Amino acid sequence: MLELKNVSKTFYPGTANEKKALQSINLNLDQGDFVTIIGSNGAGKSTLFNAIGGAFYVDRGAILLDNKNITGLPDYKRSYDIGRLMQDPMKGTAPSMTIEENLALAYSRKAKKSFFALNRRDTVHFRELLSTLDLGLEDRMKTKVGHLSGGQRQAVTLLMCTISSPKLLLLDEHTAALDPATAQKILKITTDIVTESEIVTMMITHDIKAALSLGNRTIMMDDGEIILDIKGEERNKMTVEELLTYYSKERKKQLTNDRMLLA
Amino acid sequence: MNIPIVLIMGSVQLGLLYAVMAMGVYVTFRILNVPDLTVDGSFALGMACAAVVTINGHPLLALFIAAFAGALAGGVTGFLQTKVGIHPILSGILVMTGLYSVNLAIMGGKSNISVAGKETLFTKMEALIVTGNGWGKTLLALIACIIVAVLLAVTFKTKMGLAIRATGDNEEMVRSSSINAKITKCIGLAIGNACVALSGALVCQHQMYSDVTYGSGMVVFGLASVIIGETIFGRRSVTIGLVSAMAGSIIFQIIKALALKFDLFPSYAIKLVSSIIVVIALSGPAISDSIKQNKMRGRRRTI
Repeated sequence: MLELKNVSKTFYPGTANEKKALQSINLNLDQGDFVTIIGSNGAGKSTLFNAIGGAFYVDRGAILLDNKNITGLPDYKRSYDIGRLMQDPMKGTAPSMTIEENLALAYSRKAKKSFFALNRRDTVHFRELLSTLDLGLEDRMKTKVGHLSGGQRQAVTLLMCTISSPKLLLLDEHTAALDPATAQKILKITTDIVTESEIVTMMITHDIKAALSLGNRTIMMDDGEIILDIKGEERNKMTVEELLTYYSKERKKQLTNDRMLLA
Repeated sequence: MNIPIVLIMGSVQLGLLYAVMAMGVYVTFRILNVPDLTVDGSFALGMACAAVVTINGHPLLALFIAAFAGALAGGVTGFLQTKVGIHPILSGILVMTGLYSVNLAIMGGKSNISVAGKETLFTKMEALIVTGNGWGKTLLALIACIIVAVLLAVTFKTKMGLAIRATGDNEEMVRSSSINAKITKCIGLAIGNACVALSGALVCQHQMYSDVTYGSGMVVFGLASVIIGETIFGRRSVTIGLVSAMAGSIIFQIIKALALKFDLFPSYAIKLVSSIIVVIALSGPAISDSIKQNKMRGRRRTI
């Protein structure tokens, strides 16, 4: 479903601030994959999402989504098939518009043609979706999103991302700014939606326990490269303690050397 | 205190005609959240186009052509902002400045042309409704205003309208919803400036002349109207916002007329007074905050 071939990106090339954010990334995601991504700060996780989502164009390499080359497409065109959720709950929604209107906007790419943005048929559909969240939001559809709490806004943003059945879902630490109870709830809603709709999902997280227990595959990034990619038996055997050790510099070097030897 | 009906009537008429411009300013300033200075230029553009077309005998077509010209001007400002990457304020200033020459060209190099003696929508209305006190003109102004308000309210309930509203609120989210935010910005600016130019056209037909410098300072008048309206109605939905811009425009013109009538200030001071009104209206929140702070300080001292 998603293919990255030798994707590279360097920021401020040739200056003192030069940062090789992505170095020849090769990645293949199949239908049904739910990948968790971990790594230290500055490893290139968000940059990877930005490259896939189109926030910038990559220097080298190709990005293919469902066998379609999207490397040269602008971000709003890629958004047709990609849903993206950020860490900041305030960023994903338009605060002065109601829940209904936000959902209508997100749905507009795949909704049936109609003159008015809000219509009865779509509103019924939204109400059903909101009630699956179990947050009482289906009774507050005419509330302005700016009046909702962070967790509620993230829940609405999650719905907005998935309402138009995207091919790929990018979740960038989307529970990091929420309190533990709300974070658990949003995480559960996320996994429910992903399992039910089988959208290919990539989730960045600093919660190593969650990284190993959610989804079917875990990737670790460091310094713009993928240094670990485990699934199946290998992933089931991996423990939190062992994964933590990989954050140290010596283990990372070891991993890189192993990869080069076995390649 | 004897305030003649004619004075109020004149203010209401002007208020309604400028209300169309105020609604245009509301679209760019409040909905799209862009400080658009094109207004000064597109108002005079509307006047110039309307004058030329009305002189040639087509008063109704004049309005449509003026609105279309305004939309083009707004589109150019949008293009400069989105594709060329020029700062919004500077884009507006550049187009406004360029329009000065365009307007002169439209008027054949003259800075001021008269429409006196030609048929305008207002003369037609006066022929239909023969009363004193100018009720015919007021009614026409009211009809024009209501038509524009309804068109705008409906537009902002459509999918494109929703996209434009969202662009002013959270542009990144619009791009995440697979909508081209550059296009929505251009369309929003086109709609706003079409209204402003239409207002210019109506004023031209009302005053029976067109002057290339008439638009200067118009954006402050528009902002003052929008803000006065919001102070009264609050900021709720788009439809209420449009109505409040209308009301604000009428109230603003009445305040102006009363101040002039009671010789509070000479007529040349009107732009300074308008600016002061906008400052007072915008400083509302800051003033009420500092009053609260002073109260808190007072309380602490007495404990």
